[in-house]
Amino acid sequence: MIYLFRRLLRAALLLAGVSALCFLFTDLAPGSFFDEMRLNPQISPETIDSLRTRYGLNQPLPVRYGRWMKSALHADLGYSVAYNMPVAPLLWSRAKNTLLLTTTATILSWLISVPLGLWAATRRGQWADRGITMGTSLLVATPEVVIAVALLAIAARWHLAPIGGMVSSGFDELSGWSKVRDVIVHLTLPVLILVLCESAVIVRHVRASVLEVLGTSYVRAARGLGIRRTRLLFRHVLPASANPAISLFGFSLAGLISGSLLVEVICGWPGLGPLVLEATLSRDFYVVIGGIMLSALFMVAGNLIADLMLIAFDPRIRTGAADAS
Amino acid sequence: MRAKTTLLIILLAALHLTILFAGFVAPYDPTVQNRDLPYAPPTHLHFRDTAGFHLRPFVYGLTPTDDGYKEDRSRAFPIRAFARSDSYRWLGLFESNLHLFGVDDPGRILLFGTDAFGRDEFSRVLYGGQISVAAGVVATFVALLVGSVVGVVAGYYGGWIDEILMGSTELFLSLPWLYFLLGVRAFLPLHVSPARTFLLLACVIGLIGWARPARLVRGVALSARTRNYVLAARGFGGSDFYLLRRHVLPKTYGVLLTQAALLVPRYIAAEVALSFFGLGINEPAPSWGNMLSVLQQYSVLVSYAWLLAPAAALFITSVIYSLLADALHSRLESRSS
Repeated sequence: MIYLFRRLLRAALLLAGVSALCFLFTDLAPGSFFDEMRLNPQISPETIDSLRTRYGLNQPLPVRYGRWMKSALHADLGYSVAYNMPVAPLLWSRAKNTLLLTTTATILSWLISVPLGLWAATRRGQWADRGITMGTSLLVATPEVVIAVALLAIAARWHLAPIGGMVSSGFDELSGWSKVRDVIVHLTLPVLILVLCESAVIVRHVRASVLEVLGTSYVRAARGLGIRRTRLLFRHVLPASANPAISLFGFSLAGLISGSLLVEVICGWPGLGPLVLEATLSRDFYVVIGGIMLSALFMVAGNLIADLMLIAFDPRIRTGAADAS
Repeated sequence: MRAKTTLLIILLAALHLTILFAGFVAPYDPTVQNRDLPYAPPTHLHFRDTAGFHLRPFVYGLTPTDDGYKEDRSRAFPIRAFARSDSYRWLGLFESNLHLFGVDDPGRILLFGTDAFGRDEFSRVLYGGQISVAAGVVATFVALLVGSVVGVVAGYYGGWIDEILMGSTELFLSLPWLYFLLGVRAFLPLHVSPARTFLLLACVIGLIGWARPARLVRGVALSARTRNYVLAARGFGGSDFYLLRRHVLPKTYGVLLTQAALLVPRYIAAEVALSFFGLGINEPAPSWGNMLSVLQQYSVLVSYAWLLAPAAALFITSVIYSLLADALHSRLESRSS
């Protein structure tokens, strides 16, 4: 319990740090949304000044940060100048899509990778292991941009999957089930790209940690006692090697969220990524900050989940945590 | 193992030299447009014509048709080594018009085809590599410089300095870097000259990436600090600076080298991603990212596969670098154990 509390406190501190960092950068930034507006001769300087006052942009940094913090606590996260609405609802409508994409990709890649890693580890040195090891090293080495663009080109060329957007044009007329199907069909390509990027890393880690456990003497003893192979693998080896894999889950989230930004933009998935990109191009700072904060929040939340899972899976940590705190 | 590392280093050197001397290797100027040849497919090299087999390959001219191009077989253009065509500057210093290969006018040799403006994609990939790879290398340098300074200071001095510095690395590591990159980019001016954009990008990418090398270097410095010979040197009255320079820093070189091989391709990819989004190097200067961004149009993506060439170049570069990183890593492991 104390452990959990400490983790939460740490997460909150981290988020506060991130937001402070963001504000520091905005203050150092030379341009703003209104600078672009100033170039427009139809808008008078007075209008711009009054707008600046209304949005509180003429106030010093600490004041602005304080106000933003207050609005963040009210779950508003500031005000978007380009969309003319509070940032939070704007972000939330997009974040749902990002969450759909990333959770599907995460679940799928773990479902694929754990058996693959286990399989490779038990067939160490044989062709299956070599093939998997080579394939994953190649995938790990390939930048996400390349994977995304290449898959997109393949899918477009042979019309394998619909490209762009999340739903077909006639989505509203579809009935319940076809709606779900439509979204799933549109989900295929972005999820496939993310799974390819993600699972390579996971397979390698699972393989390595399973190999480590397979080399321990208690596994050898169990084998000597004549425990069946499958029972040995799934009852003894897999739980023992889960620890590094679960820590990896927390670590890999950063990559997953970054990767999903890229994939969303390339595939036209209406998630957080395109929104933040547009906001970057139009210098809508609060939306950018909100996007960064939300992505950091996802990560922190994911890490927390990973920690909780570690506590649940690994008795060593449960007892160790009591000692440490 | 050694032979493999050497081979990789030679490959890498060849790659970098090709890109560095893009002016010489590329047959054309990357910005010269040829409005008669938009989206021309890669030129076929021929060895055989009606007269029989030729050792010197040749190409045919292209005539536009309704759905693409047709080879005009009436006139062949043999490929010449060290041909003269568009002028360029050797490393930006000496003016020259000597190219590794080329064909006589009006023939054109387009190894990777052309883009929408009829610019030679092969030349653009090479020139684009200059910007993309250089951005990756500079960014890596910045990241490693900041990272090693922070890491050494944190690891060597320990205590509250260590706590604060490592806390801030956690801050940087906890952010999904692409969002962070986009954010930092958002706060910087959008429309500046290509040279400044380039430096800006490289520094931003590097400054976001310092945290991981900092942690690794800290680990090395921490273990070096308590080694007996370091304690002995301190006992003889060595100053902090002397100890850092003589005993702690040399320990970190292996880690830094491995990190460099790991980070360069990642940062090249970061530049490519940013330019792809339209936040990096702007046209007409080519970079792998802005060359790929034309693929965002569906029709281009479906019809002109050769415009994926920059992605292939990025792929090859990344694979060589990561193989080298693996080799360096295992060398480091075997040495330390």
